[in-house]
This record gives sequence, C-alpha cells and structure tokens, in this order.
Amino acid sequence: MIKVNLVIVGGGPAGLAAAKSAYDAGERDILILEREAELGGILNQCIHNGFGLHTFKEELTGPEYASRYIDEVVKRGITYKLNATVIDVSNNKTVTYVSAQDGLVQVQAKAVILACGCRERPRGAINIAGMRGAGVFSAGTAQKLVNIDGYLPGKEVVILGSGDIGLIMARRMTFEGAHVQAVVELMPFSSGLNRNIVQCLNDFDIPLYFSHTVVNIKGRERVEGVVIAQVDDRLQPIKETERFIPCDTLLLSVGLLPENELAKNAEVQLSPTTGGAVVDENLMTNVEGVFECGNVLHVHDLVDFVSAESENAGVRAADYINGVTPCREKTVISCTNGVRYCVPTVLNRDEVYAPQSFKMRVANVFKKVELAVLADGVKVYGRKRPVVAPGEMENINLTAEQMKMLKQAKSVEITLIKGE
Amino acid sequence: MKDVIIIGGGVIGCGIARELARYQADVAVLEKGNDVSVGTSKANSGIVHGGFDAKPNTLKAKYNVSGNAMFDELSRELDFPFRRNGSMVLCFDEAQIDGLQELYDRGIANGVRDMYIIRGNAELKKLEPYVSDKAVAALVVPNGGIVSPYEMTVAYAENAAVNGVEFRFLSEVSAISKDNGVFTVTCSDGYSEQARVVINAAGVYADIINNMVCEDKLHITARKGDYVLMDKTCGYLADHTLFQLPSKMGKGVLVTPTTHGNILVGPTATDVDDKSDVNTTAEELNEAFTKASITVPSLARRNIITQFSGLRAHLDTDDFVIGESTVEGFYNVAGIESPGLSCAPAIACDIAARVSSKLQLKEKLHFQAKRKGIPQFSKLSNTEREKLIDQNPLYGKIVCRCEVVTEGEIVDSIRRPVGAKDLDGVKRRTRAGMGRCQAGFCTPRIMEIIARELGCDMQDVTKLGGKSNVVIGRTK
Repeated sequence: MIKVNLVIVGGGPAGLAAAKSAYDAGERDILILEREAELGGILNQCIHNGFGLHTFKEELTGPEYASRYIDEVVKRGITYKLNATVIDVSNNKTVTYVSAQDGLVQVQAKAVILACGCRERPRGAINIAGMRGAGVFSAGTAQKLVNIDGYLPGKEVVILGSGDIGLIMARRMTFEGAHVQAVVELMPFSSGLNRNIVQCLNDFDIPLYFSHTVVNIKGRERVEGVVIAQVDDRLQPIKETERFIPCDTLLLSVGLLPENELAKNAEVQLSPTTGGAVVDENLMTNVEGVFECGNVLHVHDLVDFVSAESENAGVRAADYINGVTPCREKTVISCTNGVRYCVPTVLNRDEVYAPQSFKMRVANVFKKVELAVLADGVKVYGRKRPVVAPGEMENINLTAEQMKMLKQAKSVEITLIKGE
Repeated sequence: MKDVIIIGGGVIGCGIARELARYQADVAVLEKGNDVSVGTSKANSGIVHGGFDAKPNTLKAKYNVSGNAMFDELSRELDFPFRRNGSMVLCFDEAQIDGLQELYDRGIANGVRDMYIIRGNAELKKLEPYVSDKAVAALVVPNGGIVSPYEMTVAYAENAAVNGVEFRFLSEVSAISKDNGVFTVTCSDGYSEQARVVINAAGVYADIINNMVCEDKLHITARKGDYVLMDKTCGYLADHTLFQLPSKMGKGVLVTPTTHGNILVGPTATDVDDKSDVNTTAEELNEAFTKASITVPSLARRNIITQFSGLRAHLDTDDFVIGESTVEGFYNVAGIESPGLSCAPAIACDIAARVSSKLQLKEKLHFQAKRKGIPQFSKLSNTEREKLIDQNPLYGKIVCRCEVVTEGEIVDSIRRPVGAKDLDGVKRRTRAGMGRCQAGFCTPRIMEIIARELGCDMQDVTKLGGKSNVVIGRTK
C-alpha cells in the first residue's frame, strides 16, 4: 500500500481545479487518477466554444479550457496517472485503482476528493417502448463518436430532451450534413441554456416541441422512425396527438446523473434530489476527509462554476490534511417553496465565518420571485428575480456576517418568496 | 455430408450440439442470426423452475424435473452462472390458499422434492423481508433456481465447437428435402448441405421448419413477454424467485434476482403475428411493473435500467413436441416455451442419446467435457486481479465502468470459439454495456476493440448483426 496525502479521483475540470488549488494552498503530496488516456474529462469532446467566459473572460472551446488547467497542473508538477480506473474507495480512504501499467494498486490517502463527474440518463431509465436495434444513442455518446472518433451516427435525426448536450449535438449533426428533424421536450420548458436554444436550434430552423415525448421507436435492426406525442399536465402522452417521424437516429439528452458508485462504497450519504453527496460548506461529505466537487456533486450548467467549486474543495481538503477538523454539530438547510436543492446542504455550527456561495436550482419556472435565505425565519438575504427556471442554476453569495447569522441559527431555510 | 444438422442456435440447439459432440459424428448448427442465443434464449426469465407448475404426465413436467436436477453439475462443468435461490409462489387472498395446495400436490405428482407451504405474512417476511404486507401464504420450492440463459447457451456452443461441432451463422434454412434417406438442407444465403439426421430446434420458427418436411403440420404462436430490469442497487429486494399464484386477476408476473444481482420483473403475455416482433410496448411495460409491485411494493421506477421482450414458442397443444417425426431421421424439438430453459439439459441429453443410437455413433475417445468461462474481473479478489493484469495487461484496462469489465475480457469474448461479432454478442458474454449507463460510455471503445480484433472498420461494427451498423460513415 502506498501513502498519498490527497487522492483526487478524476482528471476532468473538477479534479484539475481541485488539484491546482490544493497545491496552491500548500499541499504537495497529490495524486490525480484519471481513467481516460488524457486529462481533461468530457471537455475533450466538447469542441464547441462558449467555455471560460466567467473564469478567463474569454470564449474558449472545451479542449482549450481543459488545457489551461492541465497546464497549471503540469507546471506545478502534480502527479497524475492516466488509464487508471478507481474501482473502490473505502470508508477509511483507501483508494484502489487498476491500470495496465501499474496493475492493481492500493493507496492510503489522508483526504480524497471525488471528482468523477456524471453520466447520461439512458433510454431504459425513461421507458421508451419499441425496437432495440441500432440507432439510439445518448447525446454524449454521439458527441464522442463524431468529435473524437470521426464517425457519423446517422443522417435523419430526432433528439429527445432539450438538455445542453442535445442542443449542442443538434447543431453539430447539422454541421456534419445530418438533418435534425426535431427536438422533443417533455416539459413545457427547456432544461438547457437559453443561449444554446438560440444558437443551436433557432439559427438552424430546427423545431423544438415542448410538452412532447417519444412514445415508440420503430424499426428492426436500425431505427426507422419514432412516434412522438404531446403530453398532458401529468406528463402522460395523449394518444390522439401521436405522429410518426421517419428517422434513422434518436439522440437522448434526458438528464445527467452524478456518478456516485464509488461514493456509495465509501458509505457517503447521497441526496435523493441531486444524486450527489450531502456536503457541508467545506464540500466535505459525511465521511470525514472525503470531499466532492463538480458534476459528481450536482450537475452544473457551466464548467466555470465547476472550476470555482472545485478550487474551493481543493483548498478545504488541504486545510483538512493540515488538521482543520469539521465540527460535529450541523444544521441541515431546508429547501422550500419551489427550491429543489441547494449545495452545500449542511452547515457546520462552528465559529468560522467566511464568505460562502450557495448553488441552487428551482423545481419549475417561476416569475417575479425573491430568492431568500432565512435564519430562524428571519430573512438574512434576498434577491428579486424576474424569472427563475430549472435549467439555470442560481447562485447566492453570502458575506461572512450573513454566514455568522446562519451558523448561529437553529434553522436555516432557502426559499422562494412569490408575488410582487 | 454431415451426420447431423441442427437448425437453431438457441439453448436447445446448442445443448444438443454439445451432447452430440461426445460422439464421433460430423455435426453442424445452422443459425439464422449473427450469434448463438439471439432468439428466445436471450430474452426470458432465466428461471430454473422447480417443476410444480407443469401438468403431470406432460413432457414439460418430465423434462422439467430431470432437467432441473442437472443444473448444479452442468453449470460447474461448463462454467456458467447458476444459483439455486429457491422459488416462492405467493398467495394474496386467504380464500385462494387451496390453490397453493393444488400446486404442491401437482409438484408431488411430478416428483418435486422438499416443497412446503408457509402461512402468515410474518413467516413470509422471515424469508423475504420486502414482500408485500398483503401476501398471506406461500409455496416454497427450495430447488428452484436462476441461470443466465445466454451465458448457458454460449457455454454449450463454445464447448460443442471445441469438440468439433461446426457453427454457421446468417444461415436461414429455406428448404429441406429428402432423397434416398438423405436430407438436403438449403439456406437462403446459398449454403446447401446434406445430412443423415436433421434436428429442428428453431424456436418460434420450428413450425415453419417442420412444415417443410412433415405431413403432420405444427402451428406455433409467438407469445411476447415484456420484462423490466432493475439496477443492482435494489438487488436486495428479492432473494427467492417470487411468483404470484394465478388468480382471477390473471397469471401474474414474477420478481426475481438475476444471477448477476439485478432484479428482473415480468413477463407479460401477448400473442403476436410477427415472429420477429420483439418490440416492447408502453402498456406491457407498465403492466409488468404494476403487477410486480403487488409482490414487492418498494420497487421504484427510478431504478429501472432497461426493458426488453422475448418470444415464447407456444404450440396449440400446450406441450412440447420432442422426438423423431413421422419422417425418419427428422427430429423435432418444438414448442419449447416455459419451462423450456429448465428442461434444456435433459432434452439435450435425451435427443443426443436417441440420435446416437439411431446413427449407431461411437463415443469420442477425447471428449473435452469441461469449459472455462471468461475470467470475470469484477468477481475476482484483488490478489487474483493483480495476477491477471500481470499475465495480460489488457485486464488492467477497464472499458465498461458500470459492470467493471476489462479489455482483456472483451478481447477474450471475441477470440473464443463461437466468439462475439457484435456489440450485443460482447455484452452477453462479458456484461459490458449491461450496467446502469447502458453502454453510453463504453460503446465507442467496444466498437474499436471489435474492429481491431475482427480486422474490420468501425463502420462495419454492428449492434446485433445484419444492418444494425452503429455508425453510418465518416464525418466530413
């Protein structure tokens, strides 16, 4: 068994940012474990631009954004292993990985940052009936085939779900000569960013059908078409509205799920809402010394936010290794009145009062609301918003003084105050 | 000329091939699909039934009980997943407890041993803690089991091939004639071969094959069953295979663990006209899940990872047709629906015995009875894993992260006798792509490996043979 102070599982945007910041906070004994052949994670296949506006104040492609962080990691001489898949993280922070080069290796860590990202929700999880041959892809798989491997999944395409990857792929497939017939969205609103709807669909005259879904996939060996239908208020398909669209490919962009299999092994408590860990303001899970950041914690809209969150995790992990231990007493933040979740989810009832940001999502589209943070029922923060939507993550930045009020309160609530 | 041509590469065809491989005979299996186990054998409940359900004195009852008894040794010999987890038939209505007794009596008549009836919800929960509060009694059948049906079929096929049986794929039989005691079997791909004996193990198509040869016509109805597969994280919800006692509400569905630790629920039953119709429908999936929730109410839809459907070959007579037909040398193994999988080992031995005596075949001197499966990285201890990677570094490259399948296993599945040729073939042999992400991440990687191993282009890689190419061309 080898010993390393900080093991970071995942060499994507989250892991890279965490490594860089942990190093800058003074930690030198760091090991990044990456299962792919290169650092950078999913950014490597995101060859479109739009990354980095917050972090670097310029518009980069995914690989460009990744390379900025890879350069920082390399410059600092931080150790990383490629083609190294972590197969277990134990409750006492023993990390087991395998690679062709090293064989099976066990690493005893003082702290572990889980930065292993998310995966796409597959067809099976949304129960689309019909044929089971070729031609059904998750949008990210199609993106890899097109952008990394150089192959075209199909020519006549329907996309289910208006998540960002689906929108991006609508444009990408169009560029490659495919015809995208429609994007079909179950909800009456999109879970993708508005700018992507404009730039990827509207600019190419690709229709977006809200409150519609795919009810059947036709074909034998290969998809020959899909049946779509409008859904009612309970999201149930309306039989009379069914119509057939001939196509050879169905792309699914129906949600991302934090990939927390390793966290489960380590007995990390997970949130049923986000699928990620329940973390405190240090991004530490219930397992002392195990941290989470990035899309494994909760799915972000922008990589810039992933980087910011992960830099925080890196600093806090370095602090922990240096002997800063978490407080035993915690306050669980309650999310009410249309707030679906917030991260962090719990607060340490200690006397560390530092500025803190909270990321949150709402459960539906609401107009003219106030995002509010209440301590023992008293508003300590409020911000009016003309409209909030599930597709756009909301950010709340609290001052040290406001954090003091929260940490001293018996109950903390994040809520939406509706009306004028 | 072959001594024996077997039509159909399902569990029955491959099982017979393997048992006939014990003899000095030239045997060929003709399969119209791209792989073995691509019809009924790949999509069924994977249950080794106790034998209490079939009517006494039927072929179903006879082969079920004898077949069941063979699984322990066979699964060791051929190294495929099998577990005797026991079955329970649940009764939800005090008024129907007699129904359990009826099944018990039928089981006794069929020769099933060790069954017993338990009463009271508390007693049931001692065996199955997550069973519904409304279950009032159950028939417990300890010798019921679960098996991985496609891995069993692949094991049979590999072992048959190692012992000299020839397998031909994409060979759909289009005509059979008989002259001077010799059959000529012709396939739509142009292949034609003579044989002294023809065995019809064509599953839902066995009537068509029979009707090419025999005056006694058969009629098989394809009865479709939809299934729902749940994530391993809810694998704890059932340990026994849980049946529902047939009631006025219908036959019910089962809830069972699989040999790999998932939970499987289903099947529905819908007769379909098209013998290739394995499309799932929203109504049936909903029905399967809703009925399964009667047995285990805590099953949650969010844990569904996939659905599939399979066809059962139902004969109008409701029993198997097994043995030599009125045409000498032409053997039928037809109408193999539930409990066909449980019967397969017994049927295979029986047919092999009859054919070998018919052709007066001599036993081989060097029959290789044992088959070793693909080493499963995910099931090994860390020490064994280290050793394996040391021997072959490809075992250190994890390709399917959900099921923890390595490149070594995938390469092995392709290079073996009767090896995988497409994504589904790799999946059935290694589980790569069978996990919770349903092949999202590993599809491009497995395509690369298949292309490399088979010496073809990525564009030629298919999901399940035929025109199921995954990609249609290069990007611009």
